[in-house]
Amino acid sequence: MLFKYLLQLADNQLILSQRLSELCGHGPALEQDIAITNISLDLIGQARLLFQYATKHDDQKRNEDQLALVRPENEYRNVLLVEQPNVDFAHVIVRQYFYDEFNFLNYSALVNSKDEELAAIATKSLMEVKYHLRFSRNWMLRLGDGTAISNQKMQDAIDDLWAYPGELFEMTADEQVLAKAGVAVDVSTLQENWKEAVLATLQEATLAIPEGTWHQTGGKKGIHSEYMGHILAEMQFLQRAYPNQTW
Amino acid sequence: MTTIEQVYEILSKVTDPEIPVLTLDDLGVIRDVNVISDDEVEVKITLTYSGCPATDVMAGDIRAALFVAGFTKINITHVISPAWTTDWLSPKGREKLKKYGIAPPAATLSLQEAIVECPQCGSKQTKIISEFGSTSCKALFQCENCLEPFDYFKCHR
Ligand SMILES: [Zn+2]
Repeated sequence: MLFKYLLQLADNQLILSQRLSELCGHGPALEQDIAITNISLDLIGQARLLFQYATKHDDQKRNEDQLALVRPENEYRNVLLVEQPNVDFAHVIVRQYFYDEFNFLNYSALVNSKDEELAAIATKSLMEVKYHLRFSRNWMLRLGDGTAISNQKMQDAIDDLWAYPGELFEMTADEQVLAKAGVAVDVSTLQENWKEAVLATLQEATLAIPEGTWHQTGGKKGIHSEYMGHILAEMQFLQRAYPNQTW
Repeated sequence: MTTIEQVYEILSKVTDPEIPVLTLDDLGVIRDVNVISDDEVEVKITLTYSGCPATDVMAGDIRAALFVAGFTKINITHVISPAWTTDWLSPKGREKLKKYGIAPPAATLSLQEAIVECPQCGSKQTKIISEFGSTSCKALFQCENCLEPFDYFKCHR
Protein backbone atom coordinates (compact mmCIF):
# COMPACT_ATOMS: atom_id res chain seq x y z
CA MET A 1 0.00 0.00 0.00
CA LEU A 2 2.83 2.37 0.94
CA PHE A 3 4.62 1.12 -2.16
CA LYS A 4 1.79 2.26 -4.42
CA TYR A 5 1.59 5.60 -2.66
CA LEU A 6 5.32 6.18 -3.13
CA LEU A 7 5.04 5.37 -6.83
CA GLN A 8 2.14 7.76 -7.19
CA LEU A 9 4.16 10.59 -5.63
CA ALA A 10 7.25 9.68 -7.63
CA ASP A 11 5.43 9.33 -10.95
CA ASN A 12 4.09 12.89 -10.81
CA GLN A 13 7.59 14.24 -10.32
CA LEU A 14 9.05 11.89 -12.92
CA ILE A 15 6.61 12.60 -15.74
CA LEU A 16 6.62 16.36 -15.22
CA SER A 17 10.41 16.25 -15.15
CA GLN A 18 10.40 14.31 -18.42
CA ARG A 19 8.05 16.85 -20.00
CA LEU A 20 10.26 19.74 -18.90
CA SER A 21 13.40 17.99 -20.10
CA GLU A 22 11.98 18.10 -23.64
CA LEU A 23 12.53 21.86 -23.47
CA CYS A 24 16.26 21.61 -22.76
CA GLY A 25 17.83 23.76 -25.47
CA HIS A 26 14.41 24.98 -26.63
CA GLY A 27 13.46 27.54 -23.97
CA PRO A 28 12.26 30.97 -25.16
CA ALA A 29 15.43 32.63 -23.83
CA LEU A 30 18.60 31.35 -22.18
CA GLU A 31 17.50 32.21 -18.62
CA GLN A 32 14.19 30.39 -18.97
CA ASP A 33 15.84 27.45 -20.67
CA ILE A 34 18.22 27.11 -17.70
CA ALA A 35 15.38 27.59 -15.22
CA ILE A 36 13.19 24.89 -16.74
CA THR A 37 16.09 22.46 -17.03
CA ASN A 38 17.02 23.09 -13.39
CA ILE A 39 13.46 22.51 -12.24
CA SER A 40 13.39 19.32 -14.28
CA LEU A 41 16.58 18.22 -12.55
CA ASP A 42 15.17 18.94 -9.07
CA LEU A 43 12.04 16.96 -9.91
CA ILE A 44 13.94 13.92 -11.17
CA GLY A 45 16.06 14.10 -8.01
CA GLN A 46 12.94 14.16 -5.83
CA ALA A 47 11.48 11.28 -7.85
CA ARG A 48 14.67 9.29 -7.31
CA LEU A 49 14.46 9.68 -3.52
CA LEU A 50 10.92 8.29 -3.67
CA PHE A 51 11.79 5.45 -6.05
CA GLN A 52 14.81 4.51 -3.93
CA TYR A 53 12.57 4.31 -0.89
CA ALA A 54 9.96 2.37 -2.89
CA THR A 55 12.52 -0.32 -3.81
CA LYS A 56 12.60 -1.27 -0.12
CA HIS A 57 8.86 -2.05 -0.24
CA ASP A 58 8.66 -3.79 -3.61
CA ASP A 59 7.64 -7.47 -3.49
CA GLN A 60 9.26 -7.97 -6.89
CA LYS A 61 12.57 -6.48 -5.66
CA ARG A 62 12.96 -4.19 -8.67
CA ASN A 63 15.67 -1.54 -8.64
CA GLU A 64 15.18 2.19 -9.02
CA ASP A 65 15.65 2.21 -12.80
CA GLN A 66 13.28 -0.70 -13.31
CA LEU A 67 10.61 1.07 -11.29
CA ALA A 68 11.02 4.35 -13.12
CA LEU A 69 11.65 3.09 -16.60
CA VAL A 70 10.17 -0.31 -17.39
CA ARG A 71 6.67 -0.42 -15.95
CA PRO A 72 3.77 -0.69 -18.42
CA GLU A 73 1.70 2.46 -18.92
CA ASN A 74 -1.26 1.36 -16.78
CA GLU A 75 1.04 0.99 -13.75
CA TYR A 76 2.01 4.67 -13.77
CA ARG A 77 -0.05 6.60 -11.23
CA ASN A 78 0.70 10.21 -12.20
CA VAL A 79 -2.13 12.67 -12.69
CA LEU A 80 -3.15 13.70 -16.21
CA LEU A 81 -2.01 17.30 -15.62
CA VAL A 82 1.70 16.49 -15.70
CA GLU A 83 1.54 14.58 -18.97
CA GLN A 84 -0.12 17.42 -20.90
CA PRO A 85 2.05 18.65 -23.80
CA ASN A 86 4.28 21.72 -23.73
CA VAL A 87 2.36 23.49 -26.59
CA ASP A 88 3.94 26.91 -25.88
CA PHE A 89 5.62 28.73 -23.00
CA ALA A 90 2.23 29.82 -21.61
CA HIS A 91 1.10 26.19 -21.31
CA VAL A 92 4.42 25.22 -19.73
CA ILE A 93 4.08 27.95 -17.10
CA VAL A 94 0.40 27.36 -16.32
CA ARG A 95 0.90 23.58 -15.99
CA GLN A 96 3.92 24.23 -13.78
CA TYR A 97 2.16 26.79 -11.64
CA PHE A 98 -0.93 24.61 -11.09
CA TYR A 99 1.33 21.74 -10.11
CA ASP A 100 3.75 23.79 -7.99
CA GLU A 101 0.93 25.16 -5.83
CA PHE A 102 -0.22 21.59 -5.23
CA ASN A 103 3.30 20.24 -4.74
CA PHE A 104 3.99 22.97 -2.20
CA LEU A 105 0.83 22.22 -0.19
CA ASN A 106 1.30 18.47 -0.43
CA TYR A 107 4.94 18.46 0.71
CA SER A 108 4.17 21.04 3.40
CA ALA A 109 1.72 18.51 4.85
CA LEU A 110 3.88 15.46 4.17
CA VAL A 111 6.72 16.79 6.35
CA ASN A 112 4.48 15.73 9.27
CA SER A 113 4.07 12.15 8.02
CA LYS A 114 4.45 9.47 10.67
CA ASP A 115 6.67 7.65 8.21
CA GLU A 116 10.05 9.18 9.05
CA GLU A 117 11.70 8.52 5.72
CA LEU A 118 8.79 10.03 3.82
CA ALA A 119 8.85 13.07 6.12
CA ALA A 120 12.59 13.48 5.46
CA ILE A 121 12.09 13.28 1.69
CA ALA A 122 9.31 15.88 1.95
CA THR A 123 11.46 18.22 4.05
CA LYS A 124 14.26 18.05 1.53
CA SER A 125 12.01 18.43 -1.52
CA LEU A 126 9.96 21.27 -0.06
CA MET A 127 12.93 23.67 -0.07
CA GLU A 128 13.28 23.15 -3.82
CA VAL A 129 9.55 23.28 -4.53
CA LYS A 130 9.28 26.70 -2.85
CA TYR A 131 11.79 27.99 -5.37
CA HIS A 132 9.85 26.45 -8.28
CA LEU A 133 6.63 28.00 -7.08
CA ARG A 134 8.19 31.44 -6.89
CA PHE A 135 9.44 31.07 -10.46
CA SER A 136 6.17 29.86 -11.98
CA ARG A 137 4.03 32.31 -10.00
CA ASN A 138 6.20 35.25 -11.11
CA TRP A 139 5.78 34.22 -14.72
CA MET A 140 2.00 33.91 -14.27
CA LEU A 141 1.99 37.55 -13.16
CA ARG A 142 4.46 38.82 -15.70
CA LEU A 143 2.78 37.22 -18.69
CA GLY A 144 -0.81 37.60 -17.49
CA ASP A 145 -0.33 41.26 -16.65
CA GLY A 146 1.91 41.75 -19.69
CA THR A 147 0.96 42.56 -23.25
CA ALA A 148 -2.39 41.85 -24.90
CA ILE A 149 -0.81 38.89 -26.70
CA SER A 150 0.88 37.38 -23.62
CA ASN A 151 -2.36 37.82 -21.68
CA GLN A 152 -4.34 36.05 -24.39
CA LYS A 153 -1.84 33.17 -24.58
CA MET A 154 -1.97 32.71 -20.82
CA GLN A 155 -5.75 32.79 -20.81
CA ASP A 156 -5.85 30.13 -23.56
CA ALA A 157 -3.49 27.94 -21.58
CA ILE A 158 -5.54 28.34 -18.40
CA ASP A 159 -8.75 27.50 -20.25
CA ASP A 160 -7.09 24.43 -21.82
CA LEU A 161 -5.67 23.13 -18.54
CA TRP A 162 -8.43 24.09 -16.11
CA ALA A 163 -10.04 20.63 -16.26
CA TYR A 164 -6.91 18.87 -14.93
CA PRO A 165 -5.96 20.07 -11.42
CA GLY A 166 -9.17 18.62 -9.89
CA GLU A 167 -7.69 15.14 -10.09
CA LEU A 168 -4.85 16.17 -7.76
CA PHE A 169 -7.32 16.25 -4.86
CA GLU A 170 -8.97 12.86 -5.46
CA MET A 171 -8.30 10.24 -2.83
CA THR A 172 -7.67 6.61 -3.82
CA ALA A 173 -8.73 3.84 -1.43
CA ASP A 174 -5.08 3.28 -0.48
CA GLU A 175 -4.55 6.95 0.22
CA GLN A 176 -7.56 7.00 2.52
CA VAL A 177 -6.17 4.17 4.62
CA LEU A 178 -2.68 5.68 4.71
CA ALA A 179 -4.02 9.14 5.52
CA LYS A 180 -5.96 7.74 8.48
CA ALA A 181 -2.74 6.17 9.72
CA GLY A 182 -1.00 9.56 9.48
CA VAL A 183 1.36 8.41 6.74
CA ALA A 184 -0.16 9.95 3.60
CA VAL A 185 -1.61 13.40 3.07
CA ASP A 186 -5.36 13.70 2.74
CA VAL A 187 -5.11 15.65 -0.51
CA SER A 188 -8.85 16.38 -0.55
CA THR A 189 -8.22 18.81 2.32
CA LEU A 190 -5.74 20.78 0.22
CA GLN A 191 -8.18 21.79 -2.50
CA GLU A 192 -9.58 24.88 -0.78
CA ASN A 193 -6.12 26.30 -0.08
CA TRP A 194 -5.01 25.53 -3.60
CA LYS A 195 -8.02 27.27 -5.06
CA GLU A 196 -7.59 30.30 -2.88
CA ALA A 197 -3.92 30.68 -3.87
CA VAL A 198 -4.60 30.13 -7.56
CA LEU A 199 -7.55 32.51 -7.71
CA ALA A 200 -5.50 35.21 -6.00
CA THR A 201 -2.72 34.76 -8.55
CA LEU A 202 -5.12 34.83 -11.51
CA GLN A 203 -6.70 37.96 -10.19
CA GLU A 204 -3.37 39.70 -9.65
CA ALA A 205 -2.30 38.58 -13.14
CA THR A 206 -5.50 40.08 -14.62
CA LEU A 207 -6.51 36.65 -15.89
CA ALA A 208 -10.09 35.39 -15.92
CA ILE A 209 -11.14 32.45 -13.76
CA PRO A 210 -12.71 29.77 -15.98
CA GLU A 211 -16.29 28.85 -15.10
CA GLY A 212 -15.99 25.07 -15.54
CA THR A 213 -16.08 22.89 -12.44
CA TRP A 214 -15.96 19.47 -14.09
CA HIS A 215 -12.57 17.76 -14.10
CA GLN A 216 -10.72 15.09 -16.05
CA THR A 217 -9.70 12.01 -14.15
CA GLY A 218 -7.96 8.66 -14.67
CA GLY A 219 -4.22 9.06 -14.16
CA LYS A 220 -4.24 8.01 -10.52
CA LYS A 221 -5.98 4.79 -11.59
CA GLY A 222 -3.52 4.17 -14.42
CA ILE A 223 -5.82 5.36 -17.20
CA HIS A 224 -3.82 7.93 -19.12
CA SER A 225 -4.26 10.38 -21.98
CA GLU A 226 -2.97 9.61 -25.47
CA TYR A 227 0.14 11.65 -24.66
CA MET A 228 1.43 9.17 -22.11
CA GLY A 229 2.39 6.49 -24.63
CA HIS A 230 4.57 8.96 -26.50
CA ILE A 231 6.25 10.13 -23.30
CA LEU A 232 6.99 6.56 -22.24
CA ALA A 233 8.23 5.54 -25.69
CA GLU A 234 10.96 8.12 -25.45
CA MET A 235 11.61 7.80 -21.74
CA GLN A 236 11.77 4.01 -21.70
CA PHE A 237 13.59 3.44 -24.98
CA LEU A 238 17.07 2.95 -23.57
CA GLN A 239 16.10 0.54 -20.79
CA ARG A 240 13.91 -1.47 -23.14
CA ALA A 241 16.42 -1.62 -25.99
CA TYR A 242 19.39 -2.27 -23.69
CA PRO A 243 18.01 -3.75 -20.44
CA ASN A 244 19.84 -2.79 -17.24
CA GLN A 245 22.16 -0.33 -18.95
CA THR A 246 23.74 2.20 -16.63
CA TRP A 247 25.54 5.44 -17.38
CA MET B 1 44.75 0.94 11.94
CA THR B 2 43.70 4.15 10.25
CA THR B 3 41.84 6.32 12.75
CA ILE B 4 38.64 8.25 12.17
CA GLU B 5 40.66 11.46 12.36
CA GLN B 6 42.92 10.24 9.58
CA VAL B 7 39.89 9.36 7.45
CA TYR B 8 38.48 12.85 7.97
CA GLU B 9 41.89 14.21 7.01
CA ILE B 10 41.75 12.22 3.75
CA LEU B 11 38.17 13.32 3.08
CA SER B 12 39.04 16.96 3.76
CA LYS B 13 41.10 16.90 0.55
CA VAL B 14 38.23 15.70 -1.65
CA THR B 15 36.70 18.63 -3.53
CA ASP B 16 33.30 19.44 -4.99
CA PRO B 17 33.38 18.45 -8.67
CA GLU B 18 31.41 21.54 -9.74
CA ILE B 19 33.03 24.12 -7.44
CA PRO B 20 36.52 22.64 -6.99
CA VAL B 21 37.57 25.40 -4.60
CA LEU B 22 35.28 23.86 -1.96
CA THR B 23 36.07 20.63 -0.17
CA LEU B 24 33.22 18.29 0.75
CA ASP B 25 33.95 19.35 4.29
CA ASP B 26 33.44 23.04 3.47
CA LEU B 27 30.20 22.13 1.74
CA GLY B 28 29.00 20.26 4.83
CA VAL B 29 27.93 17.06 3.11
CA ILE B 30 29.92 14.53 5.14
CA ARG B 31 27.70 13.36 7.97
CA ASP B 32 29.45 10.39 9.53
CA VAL B 33 32.55 8.22 9.30
CA ASN B 34 33.00 4.77 10.73
CA VAL B 35 36.24 2.78 10.53
CA ILE B 36 35.25 -0.87 10.75
CA SER B 37 38.61 -2.56 10.18
CA ASP B 38 41.97 -2.04 8.49
CA ASP B 39 40.42 -2.31 5.08
CA GLU B 40 36.78 -1.44 5.70
CA VAL B 41 35.24 2.00 6.18
CA GLU B 42 31.77 3.48 6.11
CA VAL B 43 31.02 7.07 5.04
CA LYS B 44 27.65 8.78 5.26
CA ILE B 45 27.09 11.72 2.96
CA THR B 46 24.09 13.88 2.20
CA LEU B 47 22.80 15.45 -1.01
CA THR B 48 22.83 19.18 -1.59
CA TYR B 49 20.00 19.53 -4.15
CA SER B 50 18.01 16.33 -4.85
CA GLY B 51 18.91 16.36 -8.52
CA CYS B 52 22.49 17.55 -8.21
CA PRO B 53 24.47 15.54 -10.77
CA ALA B 54 27.65 16.05 -8.75
CA THR B 55 26.46 13.63 -6.07
CA ASP B 56 27.57 10.47 -7.86
CA VAL B 57 30.90 12.04 -8.76
CA MET B 58 31.45 13.00 -5.10
CA ALA B 59 30.84 9.42 -4.01
CA GLY B 60 33.29 8.20 -6.67
CA ASP B 61 35.94 10.70 -5.55
CA ILE B 62 35.53 9.67 -1.91
CA ARG B 63 35.88 6.05 -2.92
CA ALA B 64 39.05 6.77 -4.90
CA ALA B 65 40.67 8.76 -2.07
CA LEU B 66 39.95 6.07 0.51
CA PHE B 67 41.11 3.30 -1.82
CA VAL B 68 44.46 5.05 -2.25
CA ALA B 69 44.67 5.20 1.54
CA GLY B 70 44.41 1.41 1.71
CA PHE B 71 40.73 0.70 2.20
CA THR B 72 39.26 -1.97 -0.06
CA LYS B 73 35.74 -2.14 1.34
CA ILE B 74 34.23 1.32 1.17
CA ASN B 75 30.55 1.70 1.96
CA ILE B 76 29.10 5.07 1.04
CA THR B 77 25.52 5.64 2.09
CA HIS B 78 23.29 8.64 1.53
CA VAL B 79 21.39 10.19 4.38
CA ILE B 80 18.75 12.87 3.78
CA SER B 81 17.92 13.89 7.31
CA PRO B 82 18.69 16.43 8.67
CA ALA B 83 18.31 17.98 5.24
CA TRP B 84 21.24 19.94 3.86
CA THR B 85 20.82 23.70 3.79
CA THR B 86 23.35 26.42 3.00
CA ASP B 87 23.74 26.86 6.78
CA TRP B 88 25.96 23.76 6.59
CA LEU B 89 28.54 25.69 4.55
CA SER B 90 31.57 26.33 6.72
CA PRO B 91 32.80 29.92 7.32
CA LYS B 92 36.03 28.89 5.58
CA GLY B 93 33.96 27.65 2.64
CA ARG B 94 32.17 30.99 2.38
CA GLU B 95 35.51 32.83 2.27
CA LYS B 96 36.83 30.47 -0.42
CA LEU B 97 33.71 31.02 -2.54
CA LYS B 98 34.16 34.77 -2.40
CA LYS B 99 37.82 34.56 -3.46
CA TYR B 100 36.81 32.23 -6.29
CA GLY B 101 34.33 34.82 -7.61
CA ILE B 102 31.09 33.34 -6.27
CA ALA B 103 29.06 35.39 -3.79
CA PRO B 104 28.28 33.25 -0.70
CA PRO B 105 24.65 32.75 0.45
CA ALA B 106 22.89 35.71 2.06
CA ALA B 107 20.69 35.32 5.14
CA THR B 108 17.39 35.42 3.27
CA LEU B 109 15.66 33.28 0.64
CA SER B 110 14.36 36.37 -1.15
CA LEU B 111 16.49 37.25 -4.15
CA GLN B 112 15.23 40.83 -4.11
CA GLU B 113 15.91 41.46 -0.43
CA ALA B 114 19.18 39.55 -0.25
CA ILE B 115 22.21 41.76 0.19
CA VAL B 116 24.61 40.16 -2.24
CA GLU B 117 28.10 41.58 -2.32
CA CYS B 118 29.96 41.71 -5.63
CA PRO B 119 32.92 39.30 -5.24
CA GLN B 120 34.99 41.50 -7.58
CA CYS B 121 34.66 45.01 -6.13
CA GLY B 122 32.72 44.45 -2.90
CA SER B 123 29.82 46.71 -3.89
CA LYS B 124 26.44 45.91 -2.38
CA GLN B 125 24.67 47.49 -5.36
CA THR B 126 23.94 44.29 -7.22
CA LYS B 127 20.90 42.91 -9.00
CA ILE B 128 19.45 39.55 -9.93
CA ILE B 129 19.78 38.62 -13.62
CA SER B 130 18.56 35.01 -13.55
CA GLU B 131 17.00 33.01 -10.69
CA PHE B 132 18.65 29.87 -12.01
CA GLY B 133 22.29 29.49 -12.96
CA SER B 134 24.91 27.09 -14.28
CA THR B 135 24.26 24.62 -11.44
CA SER B 136 21.30 23.95 -9.13
CA CYS B 137 22.89 25.87 -6.29
CA LYS B 138 23.53 29.16 -8.11
CA ALA B 139 21.73 32.22 -9.46
CA LEU B 140 23.17 34.88 -11.74
CA PHE B 141 23.73 38.41 -10.48
CA GLN B 142 25.27 41.57 -11.87
CA CYS B 143 27.18 44.32 -10.09
CA GLU B 144 25.83 47.80 -10.76
CA ASN B 145 29.13 49.36 -9.74
CA CYS B 146 31.75 47.44 -11.76
CA LEU B 147 29.11 45.92 -14.09
CA GLU B 148 30.59 42.41 -13.80
CA PRO B 149 28.10 39.54 -13.86
CA PHE B 150 28.78 36.91 -11.19
CA ASP B 151 27.42 33.71 -9.68
CA TYR B 152 25.56 33.80 -6.39
CA PHE B 153 25.42 30.66 -4.24
CA LYS B 154 21.70 30.79 -3.35
CA CYS B 155 20.48 30.68 0.21
CA HIS B 156 18.73 27.31 0.49
CA ARG B 157 16.73 26.25 3.52
ZN1 LIG C 1 31.41 44.87 -8.65
